[in-house]
Amino acid sequence: MRPRDGYVFNADTLHAVWLTVLAAAVAVPVNTVFGVAAAWAVAKFEFPGKRLLTSLIELPLSISPIVIGVAYLFVFGMQGLWGEWLMEHGVRLVFSVPAIVIVTTIVTSPLVFREVLPLMQSQGTEEEQAAISLGANGWQTFFRVTLPNLKWALIYGVSLCFARALGEFGSVAVVSGAVRGGTNTMTLQIQLLFDDRVQTGAFAVASILTSLALVTMALKTWVERREAKAFSAAGDGAE
Amino acid sequence: MTSRKVPEKLIEMTKENLAPRQPTTATTGLSRFRRSRRVLPGFLPTLGGTLLFLSLIILLPLAALAIKAADLSWADFWMQISDARAVATYRITLTSALLATLFNVILGVWLAWILTRYEFPGRRWIDAAVDLPFALPTAVAGLSLATLLAPNGLIGQLFAPWDIKLAYALPGMVTAMVFTSFPFVVRTVQPVLADLDPQVEEAAAILGAKPRTVFLKVIFPAILPAVLAGATLALVRSLGEFGAVVFIAGNLPFQTEITSLLIYTKVAEHEYEAAAALATVVLGAALAVLVVMNTIQGKLYRRLHG
Repeated sequence: MRPRDGYVFNADTLHAVWLTVLAAAVAVPVNTVFGVAAAWAVAKFEFPGKRLLTSLIELPLSISPIVIGVAYLFVFGMQGLWGEWLMEHGVRLVFSVPAIVIVTTIVTSPLVFREVLPLMQSQGTEEEQAAISLGANGWQTFFRVTLPNLKWALIYGVSLCFARALGEFGSVAVVSGAVRGGTNTMTLQIQLLFDDRVQTGAFAVASILTSLALVTMALKTWVERREAKAFSAAGDGAE
Repeated sequence: MTSRKVPEKLIEMTKENLAPRQPTTATTGLSRFRRSRRVLPGFLPTLGGTLLFLSLIILLPLAALAIKAADLSWADFWMQISDARAVATYRITLTSALLATLFNVILGVWLAWILTRYEFPGRRWIDAAVDLPFALPTAVAGLSLATLLAPNGLIGQLFAPWDIKLAYALPGMVTAMVFTSFPFVVRTVQPVLADLDPQVEEAAAILGAKPRTVFLKVIFPAILPAVLAGATLALVRSLGEFGAVVFIAGNLPFQTEITSLLIYTKVAEHEYEAAAALATVVLGAALAVLVVMNTIQGKLYRRLHG
């Protein structure tokens, strides 16, 4: 750490910011598509094993991120299932940038699903059925009927997923190998600075993450008030 | 439920559409899947995609962990998980997680009560702030709490003269766990309290019940399933918490070392067998808590709603 470069705008920290944003930039779109698709299957159809599937999707929320990181190592690491095979083919999926991206995706995978599912369930399937019966195809129905209904819950889910992706720590600590400037994310950089007793630096990096968390919170509050307003307006009209 | 409101014509149409596709020898399981496809498209792609993605990101790693742990002989496995240092981490993790959950249940029900029953300036701000621990990275929470509660920190120095250690000791770890799992109880209890019919409480009060009796006999049974659901999530989260705790715990073996950290240390020291064994214990504990609490909750719910 060289304070004369500033605590935030030095090469190590900027690299950590870049890596963190990269991980979030992959995790968030992937989990948005996954969350909405999974919620569509769970909310709009009846099938056996639905509760089990829902618990399975939400499992990463209940597992220690450390366990997720370790389990990841046992798939792709040298001591893991596919490690040697990957090594022979020159693919390195542990202690590297892809490792950070993949575990971040795993840890944040339930977040969009969880925000979108209750709303999809409560809205039922009638509007979609009407659209299909009027001749719309599947994609038209989804983009013109389902998605606009989901918009705000989806925005909150995505922002929560983004915030968590930026803040993921435990699982990333296990799989990154934490090489300074190499595979260090913002949260790992905070720990490094804290351990080095560079308190100001740790807080400088933490403040970036805190501001993002506050933006997420503000967005959520705004979304909820909008929904409450829309709900009471709809109630006034119908009853 | 929904088919009631579907236009007759539509049902007829879809029946006609599907009729030729129904195999005559369909098993009941298959026909259940087919029937659900009647109106809306996209069932098989979304379910298939979900299952594929889940298999890759969750089932595959967990299977790999199980395979790795199964590689150990039973004696080796037992040796790893019953090691004195490991047992100390279980005790420390469990103690602090249970204490944190207890605090969260009391504080959570109390706050949910205030937020649903009273209107006061700043209520919406407090309501919004409850979710902050979900959005704030745990490492940031850990860093801030460690600095506040350290012997020379803003709060820690108030306790230092009495020789009470907050950071780098149990109180700090419990505080970190309380912070990261705080929203669960509030958010599960709040909607149930809001739905509770005040007339029932009024009736109890009119019939002569004291406020304490009303709470214990009327309100508490109604919110108990929600409290348990929230407590389960909070407990599981606290048992697995890593980010916030490592900053504040001091991480001394046998004193303030949690199981997650011991696993991390084992990985860093390339003791993968030990890491696999311990990770299996943590995973098993989390799953056991989830299953037990879900069963209890289901029973309570049935008793409450018949």
